[in-house]
Amino acid sequence: MTKFSYPSKDDLQRFVDARYRTGWVWQVIFLSALLIAIFSLSALVFDVVDGAFGYVAYEFKKDPYSITDKDLDDLNKEELISLLQENLSRGAYNKLNEEMVMERRSEGELYNLVIERIVQVKTLKTFTLFDSIFKKEEVEAKVAADYPEARLEFRSWLTPAFLTSPMSSRAEFAGVRTALLGTLWLVTIAISFAMPVGVGAAVYLQEYASKKSLVFKIIQTNINNLAGVPSIVYGMLGLAIFVRAMEAFTSGAIFGVTDSNGRTVLSAGLTMGILVLPLVIINAQEAIKAVPDSIRQAAYGVGATRWQTVWSHVLPNALPGILTGSILAMSRAVGETAPLIIVGASTFITVDPSSPFTKFTALPIQIYQWTSRAQPEFHRIAAAAIMVLLGLLLTLNATAIFLRNRFQRRY
Amino acid sequence: METENNTQHAIETRDLSIYYGAFEAVTDVNLTIEKQKITAIIGPSGCGKSTLIRAFNRMNDFVPTSHVNGEILLHGINLYSKEIDPVEVRRRIGMVFQKPNPFPKSIYENIAWGARINGYKGNMDELVEQSLRAAALWDEVKDKLKESAYALSGGQQQRLCIARTIAIQPEIILMDEPASALDPISTLRIEELMQELKQNYTIIIVTHNMQQAARVSDFTAMMMLHGESRSGTVIEYDKTDIIFTRPNDKRTEDYVTGRFG
Repeated sequence: MTKFSYPSKDDLQRFVDARYRTGWVWQVIFLSALLIAIFSLSALVFDVVDGAFGYVAYEFKKDPYSITDKDLDDLNKEELISLLQENLSRGAYNKLNEEMVMERRSEGELYNLVIERIVQVKTLKTFTLFDSIFKKEEVEAKVAADYPEARLEFRSWLTPAFLTSPMSSRAEFAGVRTALLGTLWLVTIAISFAMPVGVGAAVYLQEYASKKSLVFKIIQTNINNLAGVPSIVYGMLGLAIFVRAMEAFTSGAIFGVTDSNGRTVLSAGLTMGILVLPLVIINAQEAIKAVPDSIRQAAYGVGATRWQTVWSHVLPNALPGILTGSILAMSRAVGETAPLIIVGASTFITVDPSSPFTKFTALPIQIYQWTSRAQPEFHRIAAAAIMVLLGLLLTLNATAIFLRNRFQRRY
Repeated sequence: METENNTQHAIETRDLSIYYGAFEAVTDVNLTIEKQKITAIIGPSGCGKSTLIRAFNRMNDFVPTSHVNGEILLHGINLYSKEIDPVEVRRRIGMVFQKPNPFPKSIYENIAWGARINGYKGNMDELVEQSLRAAALWDEVKDKLKESAYALSGGQQQRLCIARTIAIQPEIILMDEPASALDPISTLRIEELMQELKQNYTIIIVTHNMQQAARVSDFTAMMMLHGESRSGTVIEYDKTDIIFTRPNDKRTEDYVTGRFG
């Protein structure tokens, strides 16, 4: 009994206790890791929400009630137009009318014009949500002392109008419409390029290529590495290839578009497509790998060719995984900023992107641009834009989970 | 492949050796399989039974390093000669696998798919019914043809796989331990089914179960690791009752009586 010895009866209890203690220590370590993660995420969400709502101190150049006896919100189109006619100089009115005939403008647009040109709201100071709720008295006292003329109003910077208004040089009227549309164009182009190419490459690598060959191993390693290349490098690539070398195509010149250069939403979309391509390939490969070999054997066993096996069995069974991976790749494309700056996204643009050959901006660019402005109200709308971006990402990820659960198969 | 009449031979191997890379898994097999008979291949684990049966319909082609020396003759034509398309080989020599592996599709589609890709032009409903009847499954599934094949029990799934193979009308059906994942009752039904099927088909079955080989087969090939290289070969091949009652080889006798392996 000397060769195999275990703790004696007396030592056993102590030994078991020591094992439980070790386990407990590790459990505490894992729990703290989780708490740190939860805390960081909560801090992020708090910071964003804190910025997007809160008290605003503002003043009018002209009190709305001095120009009309109704509420501005209640005025109809004709009344708004006559207000503009009465209160603007003839020259200013004619200039606006030349840009677009008044009667053809929407009611919201006219309302904004009245606020912008006649009432001339001026934001004096903005407060965070935290201060607005917990230090209300302080805020009121400060505004009363510093800006005796100002009005104080609680404002949500994230409004339906924020989603539907185009870009503006005044934070009060600016919206993310052009940026949101730009992002949607971008993601659509990116995924329409990356998904067919990526899935095709994955099918070839998994089903056709000899996995033992050196070429396969080199390609596989490189795809894995490419997934980790900094996005700015893809931006340089996009600039060299799509913006410069392929300008005739990406500017639409060969399709007869003349008023454009290579810095279009198409160039940016293709750059994003290349950026997410390794992700799509890797995810699709994993999904294809997860299809059990027994199904392939069954298909070959009844005399199927390789292509019939792939088309009828491998791809349908890998589809949920492929879709999930592609949507996650889309989320990556939605959030990327650096390559867009390099391929030349516009920072100020009021026209909706209407074709692949138009100039564009995107949500992350807009956020970046707004946060770098000096005026604090731009930081507020940047926070609101971040909420829009996070909402978009959540929607995409929820779609991925839904698709995975909906189409998941058991073998 | 043209048909050569006046022969009782379904398939024949000549000096067949099978390699995985440099490793010789199966050496010098010379077998002549009789038409419309059940031939069992028995032997201890790892002696190359599955490798041999998979060589008959070129399933080993999917193992990248595998290659074959010698010949497997179907109607006098070598299945491994250059001009032979493995896809056509697999259509003529069907296979039932160890674990039931229906497609993750409906019961109907499981049978129809193989027929369709092989260019079947006739009435599909009829073919499905006929194949399911031949696999003794029709009565159990006729009301749920549109349901997933995964809703069936393991034994039913394996009979569905047999039906799927019958539907493409092969000449030979290979069965690689078809009942090893099934309970005794399902096993018995598969064995009964095999007796039915041999009216029309030649069946080659690999089995670990000695009683099963003795019960169902007409001929038995005994395989064993052999010689310096420890690669598998057929050491004895004869009528099943001879193999199980008065084998020539001492090793066969030890194995079938349970004193070895």
